[in-house]
Amino acid sequence: MASKVLMKGNEAIAEAAIVAGCRHYFGYPITPQTEVAAYMAKKMPKIGGCFLQAESEIAAINMVYGVSSTGHRVMTSSSSPGISLKGEGLSYLAGADLPALVVNVQRGGPGLGGIQPSQSDYFQATKGAAHGDFHMLVLAPASVQEMADLTVKGFDLADKYRMTAMILADGTMGQMMEPVSLEYDIAPPPEKPWATTGTNMQREHNIVNSLYLAPEALERENFKRYERYKYIEENEAMYEEYMTDDAEIFVVAFGIAARVAKNAINDARNRGIKAGLIRPITLWPFPKAPFVKAESQAKAVISVELSMGQMIEDVKLALDCKVPVTLCNRSGGMIPSPEQVLKAIVDADNGGAK
Amino acid sequence: MSTTQFLFTGFGGQGILFSGKFLAYKGLIEDKQVSWLPSYGPEMRGGTASCSVIISDTPVGSPIVSNPDVLVAMNLPSLDKYEDAVVPGGIIYVDSSLIERKVKRTDVTVHYIPATSLAEENGMPTLANMIIVGKMLSELNEFNDEGINAALGKVISARHADMLEYNLKALKIGSEN
Repeated sequence: MASKVLMKGNEAIAEAAIVAGCRHYFGYPITPQTEVAAYMAKKMPKIGGCFLQAESEIAAINMVYGVSSTGHRVMTSSSSPGISLKGEGLSYLAGADLPALVVNVQRGGPGLGGIQPSQSDYFQATKGAAHGDFHMLVLAPASVQEMADLTVKGFDLADKYRMTAMILADGTMGQMMEPVSLEYDIAPPPEKPWATTGTNMQREHNIVNSLYLAPEALERENFKRYERYKYIEENEAMYEEYMTDDAEIFVVAFGIAARVAKNAINDARNRGIKAGLIRPITLWPFPKAPFVKAESQAKAVISVELSMGQMIEDVKLALDCKVPVTLCNRSGGMIPSPEQVLKAIVDADNGGAK
Repeated sequence: MSTTQFLFTGFGGQGILFSGKFLAYKGLIEDKQVSWLPSYGPEMRGGTASCSVIISDTPVGSPIVSNPDVLVAMNLPSLDKYEDAVVPGGIIYVDSSLIERKVKRTDVTVHYIPATSLAEENGMPTLANMIIVGKMLSELNEFNDEGINAALGKVISARHADMLEYNLKALKIGSEN
């Protein structure tokens, strides 16, 4: 058995990034993700890597842009308000087709909000990180092991598709400790012939840029990028199903909400209610496949979220609005209890979906 | 198949998170499924601190303990806040040198340990937490040297290796109390 250690989710992300070959980290402290930066500050200098605490989040994301242009694996991490500051840089990374790993350990918002766990940056991560037509790969871990696994996966996907992969976690995932194994077979990153590594007078200049003043050229780039996005939507969606084979009540939840929902589903099963869980692991692309089953056999679907209801829109779209979908939620840093989710399941089973 | 949910509560600085981490590591070493979730708000800077630990034979669902099977209360505000949350038939460990009142519940087992006084008398004023854990392990029939030594080795950094002996002594004092 692979040896397991107890680690905080934030530390697992940092160590997994190092294992994946990331040697450049730029960040700025913010609760509840500061352990990522703290771990990097301790570790990077010892392995010849670079840890730099930038003067701001905006500076950090643009340092990521710089390193990514040279073809090296690079990351930054922050929490909700800090990610908003990085928005401009995320759009530039997309416009220049640069790979990067960005971690958001979400806290309650809007504004400076609070420091307790939240999932209310779902819209931002999946639909509107910043201006312009673009997407990021959004990965939603639900355990400390997945914090590590999806970090490794995120670097691979980012390099493969030349885009930003975002780990969308929350305060509980960042702060909790669970056993984690960090033994991976790391595939070498793909060749990056586009990187600005110096021509040695052997080739044409590589140019990394997101400015296209001719609208025809800019449109062409956007069309090309969206062909790639389409391929990703068809090939990279990840999800977990739990007790869905005979389910009549489908709960949809990611991250910490999925952990809570599993408790509630077990309780519901003990009461003879056929409940099951769809847990999206990629939020973009949003997994559509498991909703085909839900559409044919569900009496009702419940979206459990630590927000005022954001993923629920994608759930409704995936179901073509053919099954009633209700929201079971808390907001502002509060977490739904298993009892609250169980009540939503019982209500839905009684046909009295609110 | 069993799952035990622990909630450690007290002031910041009493080693609430540390004792939870020790217990979680002991579970991991004994091949259990475990989770450890601290409060990480302003309370960790001197207010009330708490930490949820789950030790189970099956994968841990929600890591949040709202209704503990076992509550450790190391100050009065924590006992006031969490007493009613303990499951019927649950166990409460009270540091009776810091909490003067008795537990009101009659459907739970209560152990009163003057842990802070015992710690001070034995010249280890910061280890009241481990005295309570020692008592807990002994009550749960989990006081085995092998698991304890291995877990302490994990949670005490090399820099503080001299603390190993004191922690062992604190656990032992608790187990004999």
